Amino acid sequence: MSSETDQMMRVCPLSQLARGDAMRLETRPPIALFHTEEGELFAIDDTCTHQDASLADGYVEGCEVECPLHASKFDLRTGKVDAPPAKLPVRVHTVEVLDGDIYLKESEEEPNLPPGITVDGHV
Amino acid sequence: MKTLAIVGSSLAGLSAARAARAEGFDGRLLMIGDEVHRPYDRPPLSKDFLAGKVGQETLSLEDPTEDLSAEWMLGERAVALDAGERAVVLANGQRVAADGVVIATGSTARTLPQFEGLENVYTLRTLDDAVALREELRPGARLLVLGAGLIGAEVASTALAAGVEVTLLGGPRVPLTRSVGAHMGAVLAGLHAAHGVTFIQNAVLESVRSEGARLLSVGLSDGRVVEADAVLVAVGGEAATAWLEGSGVATADGVICDDHGRTRVPGVVAVGDCAAWEDQHLGRHHRHGHWNSALTQPARAIKALLGTPDPQPVATLPYFWSDQYGIRIQFSGHAELADRVEIEEGDLSTHTFLAAYYRGEQPIGLLSSGQPRLFGKRRRQLERSLAAQTFTFS
Repeated sequence: MSSETDQMMRVCPLSQLARGDAMRLETRPPIALFHTEEGELFAIDDTCTHQDASLADGYVEGCEVECPLHASKFDLRTGKVDAPPAKLPVRVHTVEVLDGDIYLKESEEEPNLPPGITVDGHV
Repeated sequence: MKTLAIVGSSLAGLSAARAARAEGFDGRLLMIGDEVHRPYDRPPLSKDFLAGKVGQETLSLEDPTEDLSAEWMLGERAVALDAGERAVVLANGQRVAADGVVIATGSTARTLPQFEGLENVYTLRTLDDAVALREELRPGARLLVLGAGLIGAEVASTALAAGVEVTLLGGPRVPLTRSVGAHMGAVLAGLHAAHGVTFIQNAVLESVRSEGARLLSVGLSDGRVVEADAVLVAVGGEAATAWLEGSGVATADGVICDDHGRTRVPGVVAVGDCAAWEDQHLGRHHRHGHWNSALTQPARAIKALLGTPDPQPVATLPYFWSDQYGIRIQFSGHAELADRVEIEEGDLSTHTFLAAYYRGEQPIGLLSSGQPRLFGKRRRQLERSLAAQTFTFS
């Protein structure tokens, strides 16, 4: 294992996440992992910063995911809000593929969770 | 265009202001609102805000970093529109002249005359309404909810979770028949009794007993008497269009608009809850009254108002969601056009399912109960499939 993946958590084989699919990781808070149609991997916080909804359930177009509940859009590369009603960005996590496995390193920033939600879910 | 007046400062009005700036409009932007509050989000008023889980500060729709350079005229009710001079007349007598007007006055909660003057009878539309109703949701209190539509159902669910004893009265029709059809409406209504709410279908109010200004109980036509500490009247909303009378702007159930939100008065568009846009699939005007329409319609209407209408037809279908008893319900499409409903995932007994509505072989709607991921995927397919159909179904 390289030094780069030392700090990283092994998620699953890349073969288990097809292009166009997403998965929710039950971390605290949960993380959404996306494999885009174009073949890129992105990981962001799974919970929309506006209200409780899973972005892994969202619609991905290019490098953007749209919240399934209220259509807020987040840039998968930066976590920034591209369309309201969300105001605050989601965190972006580092993803790498090594020997066919997906590895993830969680961001050390403070997450922006929606009102009434903690890293463990509902208050 | 030098001055744009937006009448209504909730989601639709704010979205119109954002769209105007995004389109490069750099003139005066006037935001007129009858409530004193800056734009806030209404859906939590029957859910987390009513439950006391989130405070007022979380409801703000504005981003503190955005600068719309708008002039806010809040707590000012519009009472008339002078279409000839394109001036909005306010309750205080002031005339606000503009080159373009966006009507985004939303809707008001319907009331019932039997309850007039009673202080423990509420409606739920505004932040102030929710603050007042919230005070009544004490453990052990008895709440009577009239109307089992989305608001009534959500308040019943929220109140139940707060330890309130809830009786929910439905009308002669199965709840949500217009939105999701009678069959699925009955399935969703099954949630109430399953979670411990006393749900009475086809309740006919016959008498009201009160003491002073406090309602004590209501009598139903079947002889039942329901005692209550508080009553919520949730029998639907009406488009807030009375102020447009005599203006030349046509109204029926909502402001009559084409599929760009244009009224028949040049320079005047309408969006959100108060607007009935021409719907190509229904072949008539249709007032959605849903949050999502207030979010998405303004961008299209503003383009048309600024003289650059979107050449594409409307791509989004009516969409709404509801949270009841911990279950997320989502619907998109036109249930009334369907001739059959198929359960395509899960099953009805567990209330975890995806139902697809069809007209012949054409998918025309989707209902999800606790299947948000599947719903999200299928909703896109549905929108694409229907966007390709330019004919009227009915």
